[in-house]
Amino acid sequence: MSSYIDRVRSRARDNPNVWLVPAVIALGLLYPFIEDGMRNLPLIGDFMPTTGTLVVMIAFTMMAVGLNIVVGYCGLLDLGYVAFYAVGAYTAGWLASQHFEQIKFHLGSSVSNEQVGIHVTMWLVLIVAGLLTMLAGIVIGLPTLRLRGDYLAIVTLGFGEIIPQVVRNGDSFGGFNLTNGTFGIAPIDPVGFPLLSAVGLPDNFQASDNRERWYYIVAFLLLLLTVFCSVRLRDSRLGRAWIAIREDETAAAAMGVPLMRTKTWAYALGALFGGIAGAYYASFKSGAFPADFYFNISVFLLCMVILGGMGSIWGVTVGGMILAYLNFDGLSTIGSKIQDAGLNFDPTKYQFGIYGIIIVLMMLFRPAGLIPERRHKIEFEEGVHDTPFYDVQTEGALTDRDPSDD
Amino acid sequence: MSVADNLLVATKVRKEFGGLLASDDIDFTIPRGAIVALIGPNGAGKTTFFNQLTGVYKPTSGSIVFDGTEVSYLPPHAITALGIGRTFQNIRLFSQMTALENVLVGMHCRLHSGILGAIVRTRRVKREEAEARDRARELLSYCGLKRRHSERAGGLPYGDQRRLEVARALATDPKLLLLDEPTAGMNPQESADFTAFVRRVRDEKDLAVLLIEHDMKVVMGVSERITVLEYGAKIAEGSPAEIQADERVIEAYLGKGAAA
Repeated sequence: MSSYIDRVRSRARDNPNVWLVPAVIALGLLYPFIEDGMRNLPLIGDFMPTTGTLVVMIAFTMMAVGLNIVVGYCGLLDLGYVAFYAVGAYTAGWLASQHFEQIKFHLGSSVSNEQVGIHVTMWLVLIVAGLLTMLAGIVIGLPTLRLRGDYLAIVTLGFGEIIPQVVRNGDSFGGFNLTNGTFGIAPIDPVGFPLLSAVGLPDNFQASDNRERWYYIVAFLLLLLTVFCSVRLRDSRLGRAWIAIREDETAAAAMGVPLMRTKTWAYALGALFGGIAGAYYASFKSGAFPADFYFNISVFLLCMVILGGMGSIWGVTVGGMILAYLNFDGLSTIGSKIQDAGLNFDPTKYQFGIYGIIIVLMMLFRPAGLIPERRHKIEFEEGVHDTPFYDVQTEGALTDRDPSDD
Repeated sequence: MSVADNLLVATKVRKEFGGLLASDDIDFTIPRGAIVALIGPNGAGKTTFFNQLTGVYKPTSGSIVFDGTEVSYLPPHAITALGIGRTFQNIRLFSQMTALENVLVGMHCRLHSGILGAIVRTRRVKREEAEARDRARELLSYCGLKRRHSERAGGLPYGDQRRLEVARALATDPKLLLLDEPTAGMNPQESADFTAFVRRVRDEKDLAVLLIEHDMKVVMGVSERITVLEYGAKIAEGSPAEIQADERVIEAYLGKGAAA
């Protein structure tokens, strides 16, 4: 125990920001309980997001963190990430709604046993959605990842368009209603703890006395998990291989990195988080609709990654929260302030113009993003001078470098 | 010399790029533990041949057998896993990564940790990573980069980048080390030291070395056998002394009549 405290102390000395992460986590967990107080603050109070907005912000930030694995780590430009969001959301629709009214199947779900359709508990749905999206990532990845750079971007763009179209027209696959077409699938079952209701946890978030708060806390924990996995992956053998591919594909292959497999893993794991976020968000808003999966979502997510700093997890998390905040709350709040001031200007009408300006300004003044990826120093050694390879004085005698005395 | 003594046997390796014949039925062998050089005028097809050995290009026809395995149709990473490590003519380091990380990438195919292991960070994965780091540090020191571990590869001085390329190639645990113009851009002093270093690596790491080189001092000083290419075809092969006396080689380098 004391050695653990010592370790924390020494880390705190090396990096004074080490307290920042626990502080943000604590604030995050507390936020729904101090929300009213925050929203009543003078001046900035109006700009504080509601807990409900935060759930949406977190869902999109999770997707951005997933996309960061593909674009930031591995350097594969993916313009069709929205496809994974769609797969996740529709998995939730299939496994936790009344959509398949031919069947009646319940498994630990929060809804009444009377309802027709498949009703699997959302916890399991989140896992299945993640795995299914991973599979979709592999299926899309295998044929496309042989392409490089711009070509890959165009093909992913195509897939990003295909999946929403399939969803939109999927109400009759040979007579079988898979996606319910333009109407989408709704309602989707809520998240809940039906088995733990005895200890005071709500068995159904939607019907509980504070729906937003419960959804928010679970979303926040999911985001933490996503960030955690993302950090661990980055610092692993696989993460190094991704970054090596981003830096120089040919050299990476020559160093023994299997290109296809490694890239496909980037795609699959990036997709995984998008799928989980998609399924969770679908449960929060209780529906999956084809209109949610437009191309602009892909661009929006890519903007988050670029704004935050490609490859930087903390950057992407912050960038994602900022852009999602502006999109779902901030711009309209700013707009109403402008209206109050007597100007007739509504920034929500120009949202993509505003994001565009933000990105252009970022590229001009901070091209590496808000929090640039710091290729972390593994060792805190001073790189002053190296033992010279040869000794100038003694006419080219190799300096005596014995590996054992290092 | 029996076949088993040869680490690499290339038979009638042919590579055509459209109408251009880059490798014209080249027969080539590398004995175990030898230092062999491949020379020839610019555009003779040396690097193309190199790229076929490492799987970057697939030969149009012919066979390349490395340590008993046909490798001509394997992808680069599989060939690396079998034991061919290489450096590049124009340095290709992972410039945003640290020197240590560059070497760790080189160990990729010798490490085993998977995705779940990376996330959960089991004891086995932790131990493997720690051992890999130790080995990487050793290799960096071995190549003369003792205190450069945590520096960005792209920020290293040119000579150190060349050394890091060798360290990274050695990290793949090769039986055959391919060096593509390793002394390009070095002064005579550095080249001489490098020559000694190559010999030392061969002796201590127990591997064979194939180098492409333009610096004749290096080539003649270090190699036990030299193969000369011109217009994609092998025009001579032999010991340094034989090559120096070979008329066709002199002709290829200096033009007709120079040998007389």
